Amino acid sequence: MANELLNVQGLETQFKTPEGIVHAVNGVSFTLNEGETMGVVGESGCGKSVTMLSCLRLIPQPPGKIVAGKALFKGQDLLAMSSEDIRHVRGAQIAMVFQDPMTSLNPVMTIGKQMEEPLKLHLGFTPQQARSRSIELLEQVGIPRAADRLKDYPHQYSGGMRQRVMIAMALACAPQILIADEPTTALDVTIQAQIVELVIRLREELGMAIIWITHDLGVVASIAHRVAVMYGGFIIEEAQIRDLYANPRHPYTIGLLGSLPQIQEQGRKRLYSIEGMPPMLYQKPHSCPFSPRCRWVTDRCRMENPLLEPVGENHRVACWVDTTTGRER
Amino acid sequence: MTNDNAVLIKVEDLKMHFPIYRGVIRRQVGSVRAVDGVSFQIHSGETLGLVGESGCGKSTTGRTILQLYKPTAGKVFYEDVELTALHSEPMRMMRKNIQMIFQDPYASLNPRMTIRDIIAEPLVAFGTASGKEIDDRVRKLMGLVKLDPDFMLRYPHEFSGGQRQRIGIARAMANNPTFVVCDEPISALDVSIQAQVINLFEDLQKELNLTYLFIAHDLSMVRHISDRVAVMYLGIIVELADRNEIYANPVHPYTKALLSAIPVADPEFYETRKRIVLEGDVPSPVNPPSGCRFRTRCPIAEDFCAQSRPEFKEIAPGHFVECFKWDHPDNQRR
Repeated sequence: MANELLNVQGLETQFKTPEGIVHAVNGVSFTLNEGETMGVVGESGCGKSVTMLSCLRLIPQPPGKIVAGKALFKGQDLLAMSSEDIRHVRGAQIAMVFQDPMTSLNPVMTIGKQMEEPLKLHLGFTPQQARSRSIELLEQVGIPRAADRLKDYPHQYSGGMRQRVMIAMALACAPQILIADEPTTALDVTIQAQIVELVIRLREELGMAIIWITHDLGVVASIAHRVAVMYGGFIIEEAQIRDLYANPRHPYTIGLLGSLPQIQEQGRKRLYSIEGMPPMLYQKPHSCPFSPRCRWVTDRCRMENPLLEPVGENHRVACWVDTTTGRER
Repeated sequence: MTNDNAVLIKVEDLKMHFPIYRGVIRRQVGSVRAVDGVSFQIHSGETLGLVGESGCGKSTTGRTILQLYKPTAGKVFYEDVELTALHSEPMRMMRKNIQMIFQDPYASLNPRMTIRDIIAEPLVAFGTASGKEIDDRVRKLMGLVKLDPDFMLRYPHEFSGGQRQRIGIARAMANNPTFVVCDEPISALDVSIQAQVINLFEDLQKELNLTYLFIAHDLSMVRHISDRVAVMYLGIIVELADRNEIYANPVHPYTKALLSAIPVADPEFYETRKRIVLEGDVPSPVNPPSGCRFRTRCPIAEDFCAQSRPEFKEIAPGHFVECFKWDHPDNQRR
């Protein structure tokens, strides 16, 4: 488990917009080990998707720009590779599944054609090989009557089935890392449960590492080994899953977990709410991005941005205040 | 929690079928049976949660109660007034009392109107305020939903999603309604903002003695805000009970599966819990299964489930279930 697969250091990504430069990712560093599932949690605009898209150089450039950082995949910097080289990594060694299964498939091509094409192109399969491999993949993700259903078009599949097809396509080249960007957000809870179970099963069968991007703290609790919480383009807390939920240390994480209603609750408690709104990232934050909404805020928080520092075994927090004592560290 | 208040809303065997037309002469070839016979009551001051997956008819139920659609069959009562029998003008006047809050705070506000005009529109429409009173009332309403009244001449695009939802709430409150249908009011909002809006709903309910029909697919939020919860599947209510009862002792196989599928923000929970994962997808409401609606996905279905529709039965005081096998050992074992 300790073999390092992906090591991202100091990643910064900006977008040029008519209103000014948006500093979407402001120095993100993390590592992903072999066979590990890392959850990346945060609200919309916190930079969680842009971070992962940047690693694969999938952000449109311009308006986007990766300003700094490295993304070492088995020692090779993905951000410095030629575009030819990264094409062999994308899809083949690092695959991605997106949020919206309705728009990620081509509506005028049959599922079979869409699945076979990359197999023929990337792996040099013959049409027969590609077809039988597609059937095998669809069966693996639990699509009944896979051979018949290859002839169907995406609109003949339900939302959950389309997401299964997307996962099957992502797995086609046996990737070492699967990046799943809000893969269950567009789905109903019972279908969401099916997809989570499926990914857990595939993870055991294929042994790949997973990065699971979500805003749902419940979903991530059911699948991840380790979680990074993002806010304002930074990772503000990172820990092993049980540790994070049992001992959240950053004020934002504490607030986020507190704002969820407990399914076991009996009486009616008032929800803890974080006042204010997430920051607009028109300038690179020089103070703690959470300080305007934080109830532990001190003068130092408004002056300097804290770095992600260890507070325990495998637990890192970016905060000037020790929230367990309420004092500055 | 029992509620001894008077019944405010009574729904009797409500059906809403949308016709499907095909061909050159637009012949009706079938219908989408979005709501297919639901009955329930809401007491004054109560929150009834209505949950289910997309396409189960929960939003249509809310809209049909407000007579935004003309129901195919069934009756809706507000106190003693039968809304389904009212003509358009008396119904229009009735709308002062019954209001709706929509899911999408981006689509439900006119981008070319100022916040003042948006919130004042119901006041003008019913003539409840005029001249200077309008501004005073708008200021009060904005204060009520914790928006700064000085922003009343701004336009919707200048506000965030959470703030826009507050504007929609202020508009709904303008004429002091008693009953509000909240149709997925928080699902378009970020997690940290959801809690703010839910707290606002609870404050308003206490302050103004409101009655809510709270429609959502987020089961943990529904549990938090509701007094009683109704679970819908394919156009019908399969189970209805007090919120603690339904979450602690779900009886219908669908409710059990739905509750076990809720993601819980507690990793230790997953080490002990076994999930009931349903096979397949929801069938089409154009052609729903015969007999019990849920039988095609039900883990304990038998042949007789296909023959007739089960009765919506009160199995304990206030706990209704529509299932043949609710007390069968197969159902208890799971």
